[in-house]
Amino acid sequence: MRYHAPSSVAEAVKLAAGTTGITRFLSGGTDVLVQLRAGMVTPDDLIDLKKIPGLHDITKTADGGWRIGATVSGAEMRRHAALCADWPGVVEGMNLVGSTQVQGRATLAGNLCNGSPAADSVPGMVAAGARVVVTGPNGTRDVAVEDIPAGPGRTKLQPGEMIEAVLLPPRGTQGGDAYLRFIPRTEMDIAVVGVGISLTLDGDKVVSARVSLGAVAPTVLLVDAAAKAIIGTTLDEAALAALATAVRAAATPISDKRGTAEFRKEVVGVLAGRAARIAYDRAKGAAK
Amino acid sequence: MAKDQTQGYRLIGTRPDRPDGLDKVTGRARYGADISAPGMLHAAVVRSPHAHAKILKIDATKALALPGVKAVITRADLPTGLTGEDWNLQENTLAGEKALYDGHAVAAVAATTKLIAQDAAKLVEVTYEVLPHVTDVDAAMAPGAPVIREGAADHSVPEGMHPNVVRYMDFGHGDMDAGFAAADLVREQSYKTEATHQGYIEPHACMAQMGADDRGEMWVCTQGHWYIRRMTSAVLGIDAAKLRVTPSEIGGGFGGKTTIFMEPLALALSQKAGGRPVKLVMSRSEVLRATGPTASASMDVKLGLKKDGTITAAQVKFRMQGGPYIGSSPVGEALSCAFACYDVPNVMHEGYEVLANRPKAAAYRAPGSPMAAFATESLLDEMCRELGLDPLKVRLKNAAKEGTKSSYGPTYNRIGLVESLEATMAHKNLLAPLGPNQGRGVASGFWFNWGGETSVSLCIGEDGTVTVSVGTPDIGGSRASIALMTAECLGIAYDKVRVNIVETGALGVNEPTHGSRATFASGLAAVEAAKQAMAEMCRRAAAEWDIDAEAVEWRDGAAHPAGPNAGKFPPLSIGEIGAKMGGTGGPISGHHEVTATTHGASFGVHVVDVEVDPETGRTTILRYLVVQDAGTAIHPAYVEGQYQGGAAQGIGWALNEEYVYGADGRLQNTVFLDYRVPVASDLPMIDTVIVEVPNPGHPYGVRGVGETGITPPLPAIANAIHAATGKRIRSLPMSPSKVLAAIKAQG
Ligand SMILES: Cc1cc2nc3c(=O)[nH]c(=O)nc-3n(C[C@H](O)[C@H](O)[C@H](O)COP(=O)(O)OP(=O)(O)OC[C@H]3O[C@@H](n4cnc5c(N)ncnc54)[C@H](O)[C@@H]3O)c2cc1C
Repeated sequence: MRYHAPSSVAEAVKLAAGTTGITRFLSGGTDVLVQLRAGMVTPDDLIDLKKIPGLHDITKTADGGWRIGATVSGAEMRRHAALCADWPGVVEGMNLVGSTQVQGRATLAGNLCNGSPAADSVPGMVAAGARVVVTGPNGTRDVAVEDIPAGPGRTKLQPGEMIEAVLLPPRGTQGGDAYLRFIPRTEMDIAVVGVGISLTLDGDKVVSARVSLGAVAPTVLLVDAAAKAIIGTTLDEAALAALATAVRAAATPISDKRGTAEFRKEVVGVLAGRAARIAYDRAKGAAK
Repeated sequence: MAKDQTQGYRLIGTRPDRPDGLDKVTGRARYGADISAPGMLHAAVVRSPHAHAKILKIDATKALALPGVKAVITRADLPTGLTGEDWNLQENTLAGEKALYDGHAVAAVAATTKLIAQDAAKLVEVTYEVLPHVTDVDAAMAPGAPVIREGAADHSVPEGMHPNVVRYMDFGHGDMDAGFAAADLVREQSYKTEATHQGYIEPHACMAQMGADDRGEMWVCTQGHWYIRRMTSAVLGIDAAKLRVTPSEIGGGFGGKTTIFMEPLALALSQKAGGRPVKLVMSRSEVLRATGPTASASMDVKLGLKKDGTITAAQVKFRMQGGPYIGSSPVGEALSCAFACYDVPNVMHEGYEVLANRPKAAAYRAPGSPMAAFATESLLDEMCRELGLDPLKVRLKNAAKEGTKSSYGPTYNRIGLVESLEATMAHKNLLAPLGPNQGRGVASGFWFNWGGETSVSLCIGEDGTVTVSVGTPDIGGSRASIALMTAECLGIAYDKVRVNIVETGALGVNEPTHGSRATFASGLAAVEAAKQAMAEMCRRAAAEWDIDAEAVEWRDGAAHPAGPNAGKFPPLSIGEIGAKMGGTGGPISGHHEVTATTHGASFGVHVVDVEVDPETGRTTILRYLVVQDAGTAIHPAYVEGQYQGGAAQGIGWALNEEYVYGADGRLQNTVFLDYRVPVASDLPMIDTVIVEVPNPGHPYGVRGVGETGITPPLPAIANAIHAATGKRIRSLPMSPSKVLAAIKAQG
């Protein structure tokens, strides 16, 4: 195994493009190193991104959104008051990852690129309309988060491509987001179902929404029908029922050691309603 | 309940710091994997990926060719001709003709580094012929189930049963027909429990060295190093006395470290590698795949109750699998514990042991009792509801007490179930108001406890301090408790006594720290040894004063003339006697060995409040109370720790822990991420009440306290979930999907 510690994104991408065996970027390492220790994946080349200046910053963008560097940890996001005020749902998704120790290292980019359908930060990012800055041998592009996962353990990144940063749009006024997951325990578990919802209000009425589901399909889902079910409503009982029906219809879960398909379908509807109410209350709070 | 300074003792009942505490919090304590030696090799084990397969060929050529590899062993390297449990142990250490479960060891490799050993293990080529497998206990005894081993059954099994049924037993007393006829309500139900793992934080680890002369040394993380010595020497065909086994500090065992799994491999590899020491440490996945879980069970219960709550008759039929070898599942214990809390005139037990393609079960905290309690205490609760009776009052009405002929035969000595029930009924938790979707459940539990083979030595130092050598590894604070009892007896300070866990060469045979026996049995022997030393110190004082030894008495850490007639001498302290002992007759020590039989059973009562999310089926433990009879709580903090630990493990077993097998017979959840033991934030602070009904069979009244606490949680939580949801769950775990399905089924 070769360990590399490039000092720029260009160098990292060049290194990655030049490898032939199993290559892994190393952000927090909370997936990479665990998989290495467990004998699941032994990379030939390990490219450490943590020494690259600039990847470690959380910055406000010109349009009023946020740019979160690829190696920013969950703990750093939580401690960023302005980011938490704008996108509490995105931050809480990331903060559900692991324990205090894991939080000190784990990143959004790593969570996304590890490719788990149950990744906790991903539905929140998708609901927020987040995009990622992808740099590779052929230059830089930005891509919607929901377009990165290709299936369990796989992404649509091309060989040599890496994520430089996550971009969050401006929150604007009267917006709120939330992420909820179901686990049988209180901590240290993998989402059996995850739901991220972001919405904006005009008065009491939902005027825009994005609903995203984790752990109920091979990749994260963005469910337009679920958003439509609540847009134009005040999130009354009928709207919540329609939301539950829409997310249950979109979910195509499997039965595995973590839960049955039937259970996941049922609970995704429950969590969608609960997450929508939290997002709604946050939007209301933000309006005050 | 404040429980300090009982019965006028000076030290017993106080809570001093544990002697191993500083080493443990600073990281100095040496656990199994911390032991190393110069020239040491590292081992890795090749394990079967199949639940059931014939081993056609093992080719280690490529592994041996890898630079750094020093030895490979297979079953062909072990002696033949073993029988009975020795054969089972050998077969489990390294598979012979067949691999019998996913994770079964097939070969082992020693190399200069752990990474090389792991790479070499992957290069050992094993050719298998995969056979059909079975992992469920009911499926394993059904017609047509794959036969795990022809001819494994003993003579007890009734004719016509599947060859996987290997043991049958029945016992009871009274007249069942008359008993059920006398009842106003008779109910019969079936229950199932999944296997669970002991879940100790420290994986199995050992370091071993043995030369061509068969003289060996082992450093092992174990609950009982004489067991390691006996089992390892049997498996390898060497003399027990040639092996010296030293136990490390231990990060949990709960019964799972009372046997061998991979220890003989380290020794055999060392010998094959020219006597270089070999370290073998299991990964968590190896622990879950290949070390002792408890048995899984399928159980039928029938109970007869009068309208006033009197139990008229009780009957159980249990089926248990404990892996592919006879004798590993605790069927007998489960049957014996089933109705042990009750005075039942008519009682009948039947049990079947069944083989399955799962790891060889090991003891787990009160083996068999939690499953039995889940079945019987659930049904009793259901019937109390049906008759509108208070479940605690019914338990009190039928409670076993001194003189009761127990359901499993013997007549009880002094026991504390009634006192425990009364303390429960008086506890404030019973008054806590319950909200919507919340429910309260109660259950009782029992464990026999154990005495067993015990050998302890005690030596007086030249400065009057005292060293106690015991053979029971300290898992739950027994060094502190034994030091307290010794110091109490000798009339000296707690910190003047050091208790050491010594190796197999230093004492007679000791059984492991199992059966809740360490504080009871090693404590009893330490007190007897202290009395011997005390008598000798009185003789030394008598000689110095030139009076009869009978005229000297021991008090407050010193010899005193027994009365005015004995003469007027200033007392001789333990320090003064110790300082002179070389010239007054030589070293002063005490030694006691015994197969202790005067242990006393411990009964407990648990009360749990839960809230069940009606939309997700998820259960939250709101409040948890453990009330249990300790006999005497020598060190109350460690008694409470045992109560809380038992409850925590029981909560895990009840709610989320289970062995999940794929259709291929492979274990799916081989890490703690998916084998869901409770995490700290899942549990409330567990309330405890220590009841003290002293055991007449111990100098200070000790009963064992380690095991009973895991018995009531399974039914108590099922009963609470029923109270919260109106739904009865009769199989474990009561996971959210199972509870939600039950709620939905109700419509
Ligand atoms: C104890 C524990 C608990 C956990 N709990 C959770 C949980 O509750 N929820 C959850 O979702 N996850 C959980 N995880 C998994 C893990 O912590 C998360 O997926 C985490 O976000 C990964 O981030 P990382 O920076 O550590 O990734 P790394 O391990 O560094 O990388 C993960 C993958 O992403 C790739 N990668 C990393 N950075 C980039 C980049 N910038 N561009 C392209 N590819 C990249 C790597 O090559 C690798 O394939 C847990 C892990 C542990 C050890």
